[in-house]
Amino acid sequence: MKKLWTFKGGLKLAGFKKLSKPSVVKSLPIPKRVILPLRQHIGEPAEPIVEAGEKVYKGQVIATSKSFISASVHASTSGTVIEIEKHNIPHQSGVSELCIVIETDGKDEWYPNIKPNLHPENLDVDEIRARIREAGIVGLGGAVFPSAAKLKPTRQIDTLIINGAECEPYITCDDALMQSCPDEIVQGVLLLRKLLNPIECIIAIEDNKPDAIESIRHSIEKLREQGQGSVTTINVIAVPTIFPTGGEKQLIKVLTGKEVPKEGLPYEVGIVCLNVGTTAAIRNAIYQGTPLVSRYVTVTGPLAKQPANYEVMIGTPIEDVIQAAGKVKADNCAVIMGGPMMGQLLPHSQSPVVKATNCILLEEIKPDINTNVMPCIRCGSCSSACPMNLLPQQLYWHAREKSFKKLEHYNLPDCIECGCCSVVCPSKIPLVHYFRFAKSEMKDHEISTKIAEQSRVRTQAREARLERMKREQEARKAKRKADRLKKKAAGKKATKQKPGKEALAG
Amino acid sequence: MPDNISAITSSPFVPSTDSVARVMRTVIYALVPGVLIYIALFGWGVLVNILIVTASALLFEWIMLLVRDRPVKVYLFDFSAIITAILLSLAIPPLAPWWLLVLGSFFSIVVAKHLYGGLGYNTFNPAMAAYAVLLISFPLEMSMWTAPLSEGSHSLNIIESFEYSLFQVLPINMQYDALTSATVLDHIRTEVSTGKSFPEIGWSPAFGYLAGKGFEWVSLGFLLGGLWLLYKKIISWQIPTAVLTGLGVSSLLGYAVNPDIYANPLVHMLGGASILGAFFIATDPVTASTTPLGRIIYGIGIGFLTFAIRSWGGYPDGMAFAVLLMGMMVPLLDYYTAPKVYGARTR
Repeated sequence: MKKLWTFKGGLKLAGFKKLSKPSVVKSLPIPKRVILPLRQHIGEPAEPIVEAGEKVYKGQVIATSKSFISASVHASTSGTVIEIEKHNIPHQSGVSELCIVIETDGKDEWYPNIKPNLHPENLDVDEIRARIREAGIVGLGGAVFPSAAKLKPTRQIDTLIINGAECEPYITCDDALMQSCPDEIVQGVLLLRKLLNPIECIIAIEDNKPDAIESIRHSIEKLREQGQGSVTTINVIAVPTIFPTGGEKQLIKVLTGKEVPKEGLPYEVGIVCLNVGTTAAIRNAIYQGTPLVSRYVTVTGPLAKQPANYEVMIGTPIEDVIQAAGKVKADNCAVIMGGPMMGQLLPHSQSPVVKATNCILLEEIKPDINTNVMPCIRCGSCSSACPMNLLPQQLYWHAREKSFKKLEHYNLPDCIECGCCSVVCPSKIPLVHYFRFAKSEMKDHEISTKIAEQSRVRTQAREARLERMKREQEARKAKRKADRLKKKAAGKKATKQKPGKEALAG
Repeated sequence: MPDNISAITSSPFVPSTDSVARVMRTVIYALVPGVLIYIALFGWGVLVNILIVTASALLFEWIMLLVRDRPVKVYLFDFSAIITAILLSLAIPPLAPWWLLVLGSFFSIVVAKHLYGGLGYNTFNPAMAAYAVLLISFPLEMSMWTAPLSEGSHSLNIIESFEYSLFQVLPINMQYDALTSATVLDHIRTEVSTGKSFPEIGWSPAFGYLAGKGFEWVSLGFLLGGLWLLYKKIISWQIPTAVLTGLGVSSLLGYAVNPDIYANPLVHMLGGASILGAFFIATDPVTASTTPLGRIIYGIGIGFLTFAIRSWGGYPDGMAFAVLLMGMMVPLLDYYTAPKVYGARTR
């Protein structure tokens, strides 16, 4: 039995996981059109390489980027590009970003270049990395960090962690994937192991998913029988169900006892952590040659008529997914992308499913969710619940005052916005709301201070330049004057020497 | 920051399950065993105290909420004023005159609580601030503690207790002096200050089995309620543990150095307001430190100061002053004891 650690804080939450029956995955009809945002990942947006009117095939690259932290976008089905315009993306602010819109032709034809790789074991590591990069794979757990950027660490990796914890209530898409495609995940782990050479390799699953644990173990056993003896060193570990165990930092702490350095990345302590969905996508990119064009999405919630997991093409309008999943039970329905703890309330259900969309949660709009807010009584429940060991009650005061130095002192930037503090607050203070606000204010403040600093430097430089020019001008003037005087003096001398000349001029 | 936060559109969408009223109510339940034992052993005067202080505290709370234009319904029934009232009434001797009780509740609710900004904003524990004012202003009335009831003697019923508090009249054939006696800490203080050592003081009716007669059982009642609060996670373990450790260690040291003039640790722990203070007063969230380490320092400070005031100061008990003094330290403690954030050690 492997030793496990605990992280501080966290909450035991009601899971509501059975609602979406993770043992079955349904498919959806091809939507009329797919909307593919150029930025579905952290980093630089991809640049379109197709034009309106162009015919595209499923899996064809339609936007790409040269930047290291970026990911390509692929057509998720065959059809015709009808526009490259700004379109609502699934974000709580309701912003629009540049998207490629494809009118589908219903044939779902693969791009002819995409062929399964019959001998994936013959690929060398650089080739594998290049293919992962070309496949547009990003972290499917929600962080959407381009995976290729994670797979070339600059130091020895001790532990490779495959995250199947899925700690948010309601969401079961990873559970569904682990039950329906365990072989893909395990093969993906073997590929990652080839890339990273870790000492230890763990698939971590919360203990509320015994079927998923069983499925992965069974797959490992099967592959072993097929002669891949090395699979037995993959350690499938059941971790306690405490929200947010699935958070990368928390899971790393639970499994290794190590902490990711403040403002740092896991590889700095010798760890790489990838989601199970990402792992399966990597396997498919290498074995099948298929880029990331679809993902599993849980449609669930008290207002969902047929809660279930669906395999959804990236770019499918969320409205279409909701319709296909049996509409909603009531009019006062809130559409949340993600789970109830960290998800985003979407103002537009016309926005598309993106690579980050793990769940569509249909909940009743509760206008009174945070009424009766009382003053903070400093009970400290929030700090006991904080998995980052912050002091939310202090942050709350300073967020209200907008005292940025204090917010920095109390480590506001380390807040992962997991929501635990808000949920336990007896005064019902929407703490995370304050923190998000303060973070954006802090960023604005930082930018404006930077701009102010730049303009101060520029003004000083300009003043110095003007001063210098003035001095130089004066120096020139003085020199000219001196020259003139000298000339004059010389002239006078000359005149003195040649009095006749003056007389002549006179 | 917009103060209109009714239209929250960002996560978490899980509503908070707890409420200030529930927290406060639980604390009140936890006081019940101690209070019942107190009434059983010391008579109805205890209850009269609680009723008069609570009624007047609610009245002052209501007036202040109206004056300050705060939602009366929400704040009047958050139970915070009732807790302040109960703690204050337990700190005032039973059968105290009504004006003393009302003055105390005025000071706690109007001055110590609302003039500082109301619930959550007060710097000092309102009940202890009011107690300190009363003790300094009316030392005589504040030290006339009722004696434990004893078999055979006549005791006041609830109506007679009310009558005494309101009009200072006793049933015929009863003397007020007969109803009062020195508390154990009072007794020890008086005797030691005259230069006597413990062996010379010998036994007195103020002593019980463990500490002060009667009060020892009341303290155990509060201990029971306090442990329940710990179990319910309403209070954190750090403060009560630290208070009792601070008091226990310092009184043990004193006792070890010179048992002739320092009372034994058990008397310190179960006499006076130690247990009530450790579990119910020092743990008042608003005025206590909020960090784990801060809470430990805060608690040890209270424990030590309580011992110091009892042993060397001008008052028989020191819990209230200790809580107020350490309360002043809280902003400093909170600032310097902030826990290390995740990942700070690795960086």
